[in-house]
Amino acid sequence: MSERVKGNRPLSPHLTIYRPQMSSISSILVRISGVSLSFGFVLIVWWLLAASTNIKYFESANSILSSWFGIVVLIGSVWALCYHSLGGIRHLIWDMGYGFDLKTADRMGWAVIIGSFVLTFVIICYSGALS
Amino acid sequence: MVELTLPKNSRMTVGKTWPKPEGATNVRAFKVYRWNPDTGENPSLDTYFLDMDKCGPMVLDALVKIKSEVDPTLTFRRSCREGICGSCAMNVDGINTLACIYGLDEIKGDVKIYPLPHMEVIKDLIPDLTHFYAQHASIMPWLETKTNKPATEWRQSIEDRKKLDGLYECVMCACCSTSCPSYWWNGDRYLGPAALLHAYRWIIDSRDEATGERLDELQDPFKLYRCHTIMNCAKTCPKGLNPAKAIAEIKKKMVERTI
Repeated sequence: MSERVKGNRPLSPHLTIYRPQMSSISSILVRISGVSLSFGFVLIVWWLLAASTNIKYFESANSILSSWFGIVVLIGSVWALCYHSLGGIRHLIWDMGYGFDLKTADRMGWAVIIGSFVLTFVIICYSGALS
Repeated sequence: MVELTLPKNSRMTVGKTWPKPEGATNVRAFKVYRWNPDTGENPSLDTYFLDMDKCGPMVLDALVKIKSEVDPTLTFRRSCREGICGSCAMNVDGINTLACIYGLDEIKGDVKIYPLPHMEVIKDLIPDLTHFYAQHASIMPWLETKTNKPATEWRQSIEDRKKLDGLYECVMCACCSTSCPSYWWNGDRYLGPAALLHAYRWIIDSRDEATGERLDELQDPFKLYRCHTIMNCAKTCPKGLNPAKAIAEIKKKMVERTI
């Protein structure tokens, strides 16, 4: 086979044709929640900075964060925090060498997903954000 | 690097639709990835139709039937037809498996067949496994000893031999490595589940005397630690092995030797 043809070899399809797995989805969500959390933390730092600057600045920052849009973003951040933390616990279990049985791994994945929503709900109820 | 889309020369076009078998009542469609190195055109997805009343039960039976009765240019690897040679590894219905031991009755609707994902294609369903084999060779897949050779064979207790179960059965079909997103994005430097499972097979072998060197070799941000326990490898392994678990055991050994 000539070098020219070898250089033109296509790459076989990957992400678009591979069937999403419970394990792969719960894994990529750990990454996504982690990345979005870093944005959420910036928001909180901004809110605290505003509070320590002056009351006018705080009032404008606070009004953005307590608008419906701000609340949605913050609830999303709470969910990301819950998901990322539970996902982290799952990784600790794996790092100790447990939970690799396919059924157990899937169950842990579901536990993390369901657990993250339950935790988010509990935190929202306690914080009174929606009241 | 993460690349969500395919390079320009790799994007699939709608391919040829081959004629349906005459007089058949139980027809099934097969969508098969095609690429011919001689034309220089982009890959395409051809559609074939088979009379399922006259077709064997496995995916490989269907491919052989297409090749012998419909389109002799269809190219794929196969040999043992019983899941021991690892030649017919391909992506069937969205997961990697051996076509010879994957039943057509396990698939709903049209049967979609692609080469192993994120690999250079040589032709149709045949990926280039050169790099994959080189990575396997790099983990020293042999018994490495320093003491003098025993008069007969290297002895091993029944318990120590048991530690190799679930590892020695690997047939190097590459289903696991090519199912792993980490291997897709970093396959040049990350060894991938198959090579790491083999690495562990020799690390855990009671007769091997190079455990330290083997671990030293894997102490690298990419070779071992690009595994993020996505577990596609264990899910897809046609032999039912668990490379994710083997990799975790290597990571544990790395920690154990420093504390």
